[in-house]
Amino acid sequence: MPAFWAWFVAAGTIAFVIWCVYLISWAGKQGPQNKEDEDLVGHVWDGDLEEWNNPAPKWWLYLYFITIAWAVGYMIVYPGIGAFDGLFGWSQEGQYEQEMQAAEARYEPIYEAFAAMEFEDLVKDPDAVALGGSLFASYCTTCHGSDARGATGYPNLTDADWQWGSSEKDIITTITNGRNAVMTPWAQILGSDEAVDNMVNYVQSLSGTVEAGDGAESARTQFTTFCAACHLPTGTGNPVLGAPNLTDSTWLYGSSAEAIRTTIEQGRQGQMPAHGEFLGENRTRILAAYVYSLSQ
Amino acid sequence: MRHETIEKNVNLMMILIVVAISIGGLIEIVPLMLSSDATEPDEGIAPYSALRLAGRDVYVREGCYNCHSQMIRPFRSETERYGPYTTAGETVYDRPFQFGSKRTGPDLARVGGRYSDDWQRLHLMDPRALVPESNMPAYPWLAEAQVDPELVTAKLRVLRLLGDPYTDEQVASAASEVEGRTELDALIAYLQELGINRRARR
Repeated sequence: MPAFWAWFVAAGTIAFVIWCVYLISWAGKQGPQNKEDEDLVGHVWDGDLEEWNNPAPKWWLYLYFITIAWAVGYMIVYPGIGAFDGLFGWSQEGQYEQEMQAAEARYEPIYEAFAAMEFEDLVKDPDAVALGGSLFASYCTTCHGSDARGATGYPNLTDADWQWGSSEKDIITTITNGRNAVMTPWAQILGSDEAVDNMVNYVQSLSGTVEAGDGAESARTQFTTFCAACHLPTGTGNPVLGAPNLTDSTWLYGSSAEAIRTTIEQGRQGQMPAHGEFLGENRTRILAAYVYSLSQ
Repeated sequence: MRHETIEKNVNLMMILIVVAISIGGLIEIVPLMLSSDATEPDEGIAPYSALRLAGRDVYVREGCYNCHSQMIRPFRSETERYGPYTTAGETVYDRPFQFGSKRTGPDLARVGGRYSDDWQRLHLMDPRALVPESNMPAYPWLAEAQVDPELVTAKLRVLRLLGDPYTDEQVASAASEVEGRTELDALIAYLQELGINRRARR
């Protein structure tokens, strides 16, 4: 705040305190001067019971003076008069920093101890898993569900299937930097509705969901040309690209012919947001261990 | 002057009340309006783009602030969950600010980038499809309502009049930026950039 306005606020604050003292003193002196008839307020009960305009009781006024004295004391030790910081040097930021430092002193050793442990040990450590569980509850459940079983488009983390790999490094990378899975739309490239139908049938047959139909052979040729780049010729997928394994029973967007058709025709954009900056290294690693422990 | 004079003269009382409130405002509010701490934008804070501005107005119209605050207070319990606490310099382009005072849902001051666009879309259409225990209402009509390009351009002009540093190009391209976009697109654009100027935990 510019110096002029700081002084302006300080002057206003002090003037107001003085004004309060004056006002209370003035009000304390008000009341009937001579106890003549003109000092009566004019209320009459039962014919002859009348009311003086007496001042407020002294003890009541003293309460006001006590609160004013309290305010003066407060403004001397805490910030309140313009830019004056107060004798205690208290500030909102300072209090926050103090709280953070106290927490760091208390919790960082716990995180450091976990950071020194091997990943496999971390996965089996009940304390680390409990800590990871509470991190998961705060940051992950909105997409992956409070039971970590995911939803359509949001992977189930409790099974043994890993879209982006299951090593310590893979999981930490997923949490830190996020992931972008891009499957482009293929309707035009495949050429016709029939070709799409055949491809749906072929993809379903890879996992044994349905029998391969008449068109499966031509679909296989197209699959080798277009799809194999990411899903591999065998259809087993590529964790480096986040291309799912098509031969197992895990289906991120559903295994029905309709869901697979939508996937092929319109493509899919799976996105996991980056959490590294927010969580920091130690928490990310514990979270990764927890997520991995869910699949064990 | 006696008490009685003020108590029995309503016009005089009215004038004195206005005087008292004006003095309070002059000391508590005016200095802040002229202080750079509260009026200069933080680093990375720019006026809302046309689409985000339209989204902000959808946010206000649908009453999102009734359940979601946009004010992370300087306590560890808040910054651990939501991210760095909110500063005055982050809200200089909010007219009115969306601090809110009630959290039926979580604080949204730093929700930008925390979820994917698809998540936001599906969640606004049907919150329980993603979060079964959620009690947030669904807002399916947003996907059908189109943003009005002329209205957005007019809003940008008015905000520029009020001092927001919009360039001529921004005003000129506002209509084409929101052309054909739905209110859902606008709201997601608004949400996805909330608070992304400070991402680290502290």
